[in-house]
Amino acid sequence: MNARLFALLLTLSPVAVNAADYGWLGEAASGFATPKPGAPILFPQDHAAHPGFRTEWWYLTANLTGDDGKSYGAQWTLFRYSLEARDGSGWDNRTAWMGHAAVTSATEHVFAQTMARGGVNQAGVDNPPFRAFIDDWFFEARDAQFTAGRLHARGARFGYTLDLTRSGPFVLQGDKGYSRKAGEGQASHYYSQPFFSVDGAVTIDGQKIHVTGRGWMDREWSSQTMAPDQKGWDWFSLHLTSGDRLMLFRLRGAQDYRSGNWIAPDGGVTQLAGEDIVFEPLDHTSLEGRALPTRWRVKVKSRNLDIVTSALNPKSWMGTDFPYWEGPIAVSGSTRGEGYLEMTGY
Amino acid sequence: MRQICWTLAALASHWRKHPANLATLILGLAIATALWSGVQALNTQARRSYDSAANAFTGGKAQNLVAAQGGLFAQDLFVALRRAGLKVSPILEGSARIGKKTAKLIGIEPLTLPRDVGLAPLAGNRSATGMLTGDGLSYAAPGTIRDLGVLAGERPLTDAGFKLPPLVALSEAPPGAIIVDIGVAQKALNRPGRLSRMIVAPDMRIDATTLTEATDRALRIVEPEEDSDLARLTDSFHLNLTAFGLLAFLVGFFIVHASFGLAFEQRLPVLRTLRALGVSARALVAAMVIELSAFTLLAGGAGVIGGYLIAAALLPDVSASLEGLYGAQISGALTLDARWIISALAMAGGGALFAGASGLLKTFNLPVLSVARPIAWREAHRRYLARQATFALLSLMVAVLAGYFADTLEGGFTVIAASLLGVALLLPLALEALLRIGEALSKTPLSRWFFADGRQEIAGLSLALMALLLALATNIGVGGMVEGFRHTFIGWLDQRLVAEIYYEAATPHDAREIEDWARKDKEIVAILPVWRSKTRIGDWPVEVMGMTPHTTYSEHFPLNAATPDVWRMLHEEDAALVSEQLARRLKLSPGDSFDLPTTGDSWRLRVAGIFPDYGNPKGQIRLDHTRLAQHFADASGIHYSLRVAGDATTRVMTRLQETFGARIARIVDQAEVKKISTEIFERTFTVTTALNTLTLVVSAIALFASLLTLSNLRLAHVAPVWAIGVTRDRLATLEMLRILVFAAGAALIAIPLGLFMTWALVDIVNVVAFGWRLPMHIFPQHWLTVFATAQVAALVAGLVPVRRLARAAPAELLKVFANER
Repeated sequence: MNARLFALLLTLSPVAVNAADYGWLGEAASGFATPKPGAPILFPQDHAAHPGFRTEWWYLTANLTGDDGKSYGAQWTLFRYSLEARDGSGWDNRTAWMGHAAVTSATEHVFAQTMARGGVNQAGVDNPPFRAFIDDWFFEARDAQFTAGRLHARGARFGYTLDLTRSGPFVLQGDKGYSRKAGEGQASHYYSQPFFSVDGAVTIDGQKIHVTGRGWMDREWSSQTMAPDQKGWDWFSLHLTSGDRLMLFRLRGAQDYRSGNWIAPDGGVTQLAGEDIVFEPLDHTSLEGRALPTRWRVKVKSRNLDIVTSALNPKSWMGTDFPYWEGPIAVSGSTRGEGYLEMTGY
Repeated sequence: MRQICWTLAALASHWRKHPANLATLILGLAIATALWSGVQALNTQARRSYDSAANAFTGGKAQNLVAAQGGLFAQDLFVALRRAGLKVSPILEGSARIGKKTAKLIGIEPLTLPRDVGLAPLAGNRSATGMLTGDGLSYAAPGTIRDLGVLAGERPLTDAGFKLPPLVALSEAPPGAIIVDIGVAQKALNRPGRLSRMIVAPDMRIDATTLTEATDRALRIVEPEEDSDLARLTDSFHLNLTAFGLLAFLVGFFIVHASFGLAFEQRLPVLRTLRALGVSARALVAAMVIELSAFTLLAGGAGVIGGYLIAAALLPDVSASLEGLYGAQISGALTLDARWIISALAMAGGGALFAGASGLLKTFNLPVLSVARPIAWREAHRRYLARQATFALLSLMVAVLAGYFADTLEGGFTVIAASLLGVALLLPLALEALLRIGEALSKTPLSRWFFADGRQEIAGLSLALMALLLALATNIGVGGMVEGFRHTFIGWLDQRLVAEIYYEAATPHDAREIEDWARKDKEIVAILPVWRSKTRIGDWPVEVMGMTPHTTYSEHFPLNAATPDVWRMLHEEDAALVSEQLARRLKLSPGDSFDLPTTGDSWRLRVAGIFPDYGNPKGQIRLDHTRLAQHFADASGIHYSLRVAGDATTRVMTRLQETFGARIARIVDQAEVKKISTEIFERTFTVTTALNTLTLVVSAIALFASLLTLSNLRLAHVAPVWAIGVTRDRLATLEMLRILVFAAGAALIAIPLGLFMTWALVDIVNVVAFGWRLPMHIFPQHWLTVFATAQVAALVAGLVPVRRLARAAPAELLKVFANER
């Protein structure tokens, strides 16, 4: 689950919304396909775009360690959004693309946004082999099987090129790739690749640092992902020292909707029930006039997991057109680990 | 406070008794303010439009990329640059006819459009949604929507039959432009896959090397400051307008001064009485200042409204000429701001205060105890004339000095203003002298009285006559310049536009094919490529154009000065023809050498000749065609003229259009070019002529006002003559005759003064302002018209006061003796 989709939906919404009002996502989308439970997700076909759906994204977050011994995080995201159900070629294409990229250290959080229209080859997704691109940013697989890949983005103050090597299977989130977002049936198709090892270089303000670490790729497509009363969400992707991976989210509404998947080191997936998951904000950071919970206590009762997550840089604010918080976190408590946290709608 | 109130009431009684005096005062002030603020409104409007146009694509800081050879370029270059990481946004500009109006159609891409250029409100997702869903949206400034005669929400239909998306008002849109999505623009303009420019995100700077690598010299960078040329190039145009505005204000100011002067003289007894009653000089002056402020607000307010009306009436001509001369689009809907209103009121207040200053000063220094006696006008007037003569001489000295030393536009206008003022101030002296001569030559008592009394009347009329003189002289001066310009310009156009057809190919490739085709056409006598490039000499934009060796040029191209073998030199040596403007700027004569910046280098050239280039705000250089192509790698290969046999023009044009369609971007014949050029010039001077006429009308009003105010006073002078036995009719005739003589005197002096003004305009102002010198033409017929106009103005102005005299009841006249003052 990834909030940038929602940021995108908001940005492109014909309805007047303000940045904090994420409720519009509950609006029905006529003319677009709806995610269906049991619809198979196939590889490599589903790496490509799904134009029948209103929106989707390709994204990768990486927890990195530099040669300087410091921790870093990198984010790469490409959003696709259909402005309307009818479509055409050239400038008649009704697809909008938006790229977000960021590099985070304990002291810096630098980000960039870029936008493109579909139809003229300024942005798009080729497959197979998979290659998502916008301007000079790209996220590409070396082969159809995606055994390895490369990621590149740059902004005014930063840039990175990261090589990815896959060491595990693609993972279907939710119920075999059908991920519910609310009690009323809002859902998306959702798969991840949490087994990337990363090797590359990040540059911040002209200083180039060699980095290695772990990456997590998320793919999701849908046409309507939030219930009308939902205002935003908190989403976690965690690499635990045991080799397990964990994806958890909650959508904040009249009643919180919680969900998650436990991913074993071999890629076996177990869906977690909402009541099994406990989220407890511990500390808040004040950013741009909002209070964001940057330290959390998170429990998965069935797994005896009781952890505290702390942000590498509590000021990991994505001040893009529709702003949100996204940054690397460290895990302590019943187990240790690292991961990424995303928060929207604050 | 109470005292001031009573004083005010006492002062106001004068205006009740003399409503004509009040009317002239208010009218004068209102007219002066109206003319001045009208011109200011035009200038402000134009400047705002330049800013809006320049900011639309640059925001004052963003680079733009355009085709190196001019014209359009492929959209693939946009994608290539984006994919290379350069943040550029595509633009396609073109013009579309909607009904009877032409609009500039601008295609933008909202998602990539930078957020800090003038079109920023259209950048981003919200507008993308509006522009790209359903029927989409078009944006235009509210004034543009009005000008186009459509309503917001309507879908304008272009002449090409394309229905634009529904219009939405957007105040930030540049004047005269309709903004649509790039895809819509490409369809509406029938330019699929083509762009006219790209905007570079302001936080990114592209250097020439990067651009060359990325696009293989197809594009060229336009730095943001280059676009501001428009403001600089049009400066002289606006200074001209301002100068005329100021002149008009001056004439209006004369009226105000005259009215105030009269009011003060007439109120002198009241003032003395008030002082004698114990009103302090301070309180009296305070009351008069309050009175003055009230007039300022009243008349200034009326003036502001009048100024708005004048500006609104002249705006279409001003914008047409600015567009024609400089390609500057001016918003057709006048916008007003508080600053403009305040500055107009300040001008009115300043003018009123200045006009009333002498009265206020005299009031403040009024000796309380001196007996209220009738004004010994003779003494007073003699002193007054002496002072005026001193001022006149000073003014003329300033004019001579400015003419000798100044070579700036301000200097030129100083020469004109100072000489006008000097001669105007001398006018009463000159008339006085004329009347003295008349008096000396007179045989009969009545004619002696006619002249003697005339001398006295001048005292009251001098300001109005000065205003008339100024207006007449300006009329002759400016009229002469404009007529001369028209004469020269039309003759020059005939020489310059010899080729029958002018066209611009869509691309250099198309141009080659058209050239090949034209070579085979039997009715085409010569194909003359007029390739062009741009450079800058110093900070001045210069057009560089090619010429092939052909009799079209050697036999017809007008030259001001040239070396003896100019054409051989041009084609066989490193030589150039230089436009008069540029030659003047660089102080070049035939035979001199200069350095011309070329693509990445500099080229030393000799001046083979200098040619007039009227109306071009930029410098221009003509080079041999082959040499141009060698030194300017970026020379556009798309501009051509054709020589056609006999009457084949229409047939050849039709064949060209049928064969090449959209591959010919523009094509016009000679008659069309001439028509367009002449129209531009006519409209340019419509404004000048209008202001000129207004000034003349104002001066006639001044004369009328003065005569009306005087007519009461005149009774006292005429009554004794009537008592001796001269009939009222005879007196009225003499009175009218005197007015006509005065006007004739003013007109006679106005002729040489006007000629001098023409000379100063042609020889100083035009040269500095536009960089060219016109041959001076003289139009005696025009002088006769002006003389007649002056007589008619005087006749009309004098009619009412003279009729009043003719019909004055004997009792009125007798009262003069009873109410001994």
